[in-house]
Amino acid sequence: MSEPAVALEGATIRLGGRAILEDVSLGVARGEFVAVLGPNGAGKSTLVKAILGLLPLAAGKAKVLGRPPGEANARIGYLPQRRNFDSATRIRGIDLVRLGLDGSRWGIPIPGLPGTKEKARRVAEVLELVGASRYATKPIGELSGGEQQRLLIAQALVRRPQLLLLDEPLDSLDLASQAAVAALVRRICEQEHVAVLLVAHDVNPILGFIDQVVYVAGGSAVGGRPRDVITSETLTRLFGVPIEVLHASDGRLVVVGQPEAPFHHGDRHA
Amino acid sequence: MLDAAVFQGLSWNLLDDFRQLFTYPFMVNALEAGTIVAVMAGVTGWFMVLRRQAFAGHTLSVIAFPGAAAAGWAGVPLALGYFGFCGAGALVLAAIAGTRRSLGAESAAIGSLQALALALGFVFVSLSHSILTGLDSLLFGTFLGITRSQVLVLLVVAVATVAVTAFAARPLFFASVDSDVARASGVPVRLLGLGFLLVLGLSVAETSQITGALLVFALLVTPAATAHRLTPRPWLGLTLAVALALAVTWAGLALAYFSIYPVGFYVTSLSFGVYVLVRIVTR
Repeated sequence: MSEPAVALEGATIRLGGRAILEDVSLGVARGEFVAVLGPNGAGKSTLVKAILGLLPLAAGKAKVLGRPPGEANARIGYLPQRRNFDSATRIRGIDLVRLGLDGSRWGIPIPGLPGTKEKARRVAEVLELVGASRYATKPIGELSGGEQQRLLIAQALVRRPQLLLLDEPLDSLDLASQAAVAALVRRICEQEHVAVLLVAHDVNPILGFIDQVVYVAGGSAVGGRPRDVITSETLTRLFGVPIEVLHASDGRLVVVGQPEAPFHHGDRHA
Repeated sequence: MLDAAVFQGLSWNLLDDFRQLFTYPFMVNALEAGTIVAVMAGVTGWFMVLRRQAFAGHTLSVIAFPGAAAAGWAGVPLALGYFGFCGAGALVLAAIAGTRRSLGAESAAIGSLQALALALGFVFVSLSHSILTGLDSLLFGTFLGITRSQVLVLLVVAVATVAVTAFAARPLFFASVDSDVARASGVPVRLLGLGFLLVLGLSVAETSQITGALLVFALLVTPAATAHRLTPRPWLGLTLAVALALAVTWAGLALAYFSIYPVGFYVTSLSFGVYVLVRIVTR
């Protein structure tokens, strides 16, 4: 069996002298779908950036696809937190996906050169996989949030990564689209045997699809199977205030008393 | 005066009129210079519109004016003033963008720079009591008196910048539309931003010499904006921007030759007309 996609042991990350995350341990196996949850500013994006090697560890050990963070980024598909294309953006989705494949290459792309057809075939294949073929040649600014998100996932997938880091891809989507995108990610996980780390706000739309959940709050993180982690005891311990988890009849979880960190724009990128 | 000697107006024998365009060396020079400038402006203009840097581009064109005026005052070739000032202006703009302030603060800083450039231009104009080419041709363009050596300078600069842009086209496109992911894929986003501003500065300096400092946009922004409107395909859009810039330049030069109005007026009006037409049709 190959080594895990992500392995953190006692990882501590400091920003400007302040510990954002302290003593975090986390393991993501190949082909596993992991959701990272927690309030705004808790350090979810920080965790993703540390896995990418963009932020150094102050303490602890980290291996990403068997290498130190930052050394295996060519095998990681990354979808940063952001980003909607407004209606003035006159770019086709298919071109955006293609950029994920060879956008960092210098020189003039000459049609007919060896490899051109193969690249076009790969782009078509990945568009088919995410179900975006139908609208890939329209200007991306004219598409809905869910359609844009599918194209961005295709862009992150086009180089056949072994690990997919999706930072808030469900943000600004309606509930039905959130569930649809989560189902898509689950399917990709299984078909392509990709490990996925998905940062999200709300566990409910994705609860049925994930293998593992990691809760980030108050500078630390707790991971495990959703039913084990999302309990009154665990969350109360993690947040340091009384929290109650209720089970609705349709299987949804309702977390009561969860403190939302004060909302600052800067926090969202922390 | 040169004007009186050569401007015979339209004979309405179109073939004759067409042939007449190429009779005089100054007109051949102007057509060649216009062709070179249009190709360059089409390419860089397309990226400028894509990157939403029209305001920075406009500021560079305003900076071209004191550059030319200073060169006229100092008695050095105007091209030197254009290239020197626009190049320096591009570096200042890159420094402003590098401070990573909010978009509003950035545009305010660029606007202040623009006001200073205009003021400097008028100082240099009043310092040099008689500018050879005249104030209005600095601002609104001229095609008289373009020499072979000027055409050669335009050609060298245009070939160099278009070649650099073509080499960097894909990463530049990536950085322009999707900078976060581009950075994560190893594209030097900031270096490309600086490089593009320099290319833009050189393009503005070249275009100014035909359309004048104030009407640079006729070639830099309008054909590019029209092309973006017509197609979201990158390579087709670039080609269209160049084709439109060429068409309005050639038509503008021909119209200016047969009338008393400056070439900048025709190039601007034609490209604006095409833009409005395309907006109405693609609405």
